[in-house]
Amino acid sequence: MLSSRHLLGLYQVPKKDIELILDTAKTFREIIERPIKKVPTLQGKTVVNLFFESSTRTRISFELAEKRLSADVLNFSASTSSLTKGETLKDTVRNIEAMKIDMVVIRHSAAGSPHYLTQLIDANVINAGDGSHEHPTQALLDMYTIREKFGKLEGLNVCIVGDISHSRVAMSNIFGLLTMGANVAVCGPKTMIPKDLEKLGVTVFTNIDDAIQFADVLNILRIQLERGAASNFPSLREYHRLFGITKERLLKSKKDILIMHPGPINRGVELSSDVADGSNSVILEQVTNGVAVRMAVLYLIGTRTEEN
Amino acid sequence: MKVLLKNAITVDPQVNLNFQNDILIENGVITKIESNLKEKVDAVYDLKDCVIVPGFADVHVHLREPGREDEETVKTGIEAGMNGGFTALCCMPNTEPAIDCAEVVTFVKDRATNSLVDVYPIGAVTKKREGKELALLGEMYEAGVVAFSDDGEPVSTAKIMKYALEYSSMFDLPIIEHCEDKSLTENGVMNESLNSTKFGLPPHPSLAEVIIALRDIEILKYTGGKLHLAHISSKETVEVLRKAKKENLNITGEVTPHHFSLTDDAVANYDTNTKVNPPLRTQADVDALIEGLKDGTIDIIASDHAPHSIEEKEWEFIYAPFGMVGLETSVGLTLTKLFHTNFLSLNEIIYKMSINPRKIFKLREARIQIGIQANLTILNLYQEWTVDKYSFKSKSINTPFHGWKLKGKPIGVLNNSKLFYENKLVSIY
Repeated sequence: MLSSRHLLGLYQVPKKDIELILDTAKTFREIIERPIKKVPTLQGKTVVNLFFESSTRTRISFELAEKRLSADVLNFSASTSSLTKGETLKDTVRNIEAMKIDMVVIRHSAAGSPHYLTQLIDANVINAGDGSHEHPTQALLDMYTIREKFGKLEGLNVCIVGDISHSRVAMSNIFGLLTMGANVAVCGPKTMIPKDLEKLGVTVFTNIDDAIQFADVLNILRIQLERGAASNFPSLREYHRLFGITKERLLKSKKDILIMHPGPINRGVELSSDVADGSNSVILEQVTNGVAVRMAVLYLIGTRTEEN
Repeated sequence: MKVLLKNAITVDPQVNLNFQNDILIENGVITKIESNLKEKVDAVYDLKDCVIVPGFADVHVHLREPGREDEETVKTGIEAGMNGGFTALCCMPNTEPAIDCAEVVTFVKDRATNSLVDVYPIGAVTKKREGKELALLGEMYEAGVVAFSDDGEPVSTAKIMKYALEYSSMFDLPIIEHCEDKSLTENGVMNESLNSTKFGLPPHPSLAEVIIALRDIEILKYTGGKLHLAHISSKETVEVLRKAKKENLNITGEVTPHHFSLTDDAVANYDTNTKVNPPLRTQADVDALIEGLKDGTIDIIASDHAPHSIEEKEWEFIYAPFGMVGLETSVGLTLTKLFHTNFLSLNEIIYKMSINPRKIFKLREARIQIGIQANLTILNLYQEWTVDKYSFKSKSINTPFHGWKLKGKPIGVLNNSKLFYENKLVSIY
């Protein structure tokens, strides 16, 4: 059983919890290959996808996971924050909970919003991305994908490339991978490395060739122009010149480096098309695995409630 | 009316007083300070276990009137001040409209007439606090302001700061600076550190504070005048202030109790009551602030009492306004964190909370001396108590200290022939 009734992030989530989620995801990964992909596990449970920030992929992935577990699904999207809308997050969420729902999947531009929700409502809360803080299910599906390819996480060299300071994907991966015993590095422009990151036990590269020499896995982040990254570096062209992952650069490594990307890809910016579509790329497998991992999280949290 | 305060220890380093004494007050004026006074009086207050010190002054409070009377008014701010052990408050001009002309100064002062607590408005440096043109500093000086500040914002440019220091020097009043280089803080909400990285919150680096402090110190050297650095939060700024004082510049500084009582670890649960500007820093900064208090670099402890409505503090962390209330926890935190830890003696605390603020801002002196109007704070240094925000007199309850156990408590205040003691305000004239 998971230690917590919420999944707010991977910071301080114990190893056994992560293992349980990944093992459970493996079962669901098999189920979604079947002709009939639906199981009755969460029948009668109501899950609300509360998206305060535009997102297509993550929401669709969660929605599919919920439907395949036979949960009743409600989608609530509000592109504006409570501040401009006039209704506070507190009121919005309490209103929805008053309709007797069991679980909330929340995406919000403000870090800490999922934590705040747990103080307001009784439902289980799953963080689907909060500001530049955490995006735990993305990191879990990344870890699942790596584990499928290498059979383990411990001792692997994983380098996350890109705008680390604006990336919730990076932070969740860092927390999770460190817990699982991987060697974690980041690589990106100095202006995109958050303060004191190395104090967590993360190696910081600012030269992409060094990162490539280090890595068994490159997890390449999207340059998040919408998150104000544009002022952190001179131009997309220069970013590509210094940090873009190209076939030529990868050829300098003796290893077959696993290429990952959480999507959506800016082709020709953080990685070239031949790498994105190349044989070492598992970008689409990540998407498939994402559904299985989210099913596992929903299942473990949803059934945990029943045991209480 | 004759009132006798019995059995307290009277402490005032200004007159070398530190004895168990009785104080006789006649129509608000101290007429006798002796042990075992036998005198026929109208009222006797037995203050066994208490100390009587010169009235404390909090030179950095936001009373929100005019404009945000839902959060605080001059009247409720005064009540919070009395409950917190203060007999004087200096209120910041970031009201709506701003305190940027004589009319608003007079309006605020009028709200405080006949109060136990003396309220001294601080005028804005620039019109509407917009950072563009100097406000009517001369007119506000005549109306009674004690300093000028655009607090909440830094003085916008070096040019305006140069003018402000030059112009205010004609009235011998200090400019109070909120040190923050806005280009560095942008949308930052917490100290830039390993914690901001872990919590995923936009960073507000200490570099932003020290850069403006350095800018202002160079301007001060050039222009003369008086500069006071508000709510110093970082070790770098303490160091810069220490150096400036060694050069005998006319500069002073203050620290808030929350900056020496908390670190940015407190932000971990995204409690918006821990969102303050400048932000809570690291333990190294806390240590430097305490060292600065000890060696005299930092002159004043002031609360930066910043009331905010419950609704606004219920916004998401990045959207909630900066600030916490402080008037009713300031003395308790200071005694708990500085006195009972032996960092500061009671005499030193009296300097930081009464003598220095009154001297720097030329407030009415509080001196425990025969023939002088009584202006006193009564403390119980050893009483243990639990902070209960619901018992605050302030209109707002945005504090992260709710439930904290503190040692040392303000018990009462006496000023302007009024006594606030055991939750009752009485005239002793």
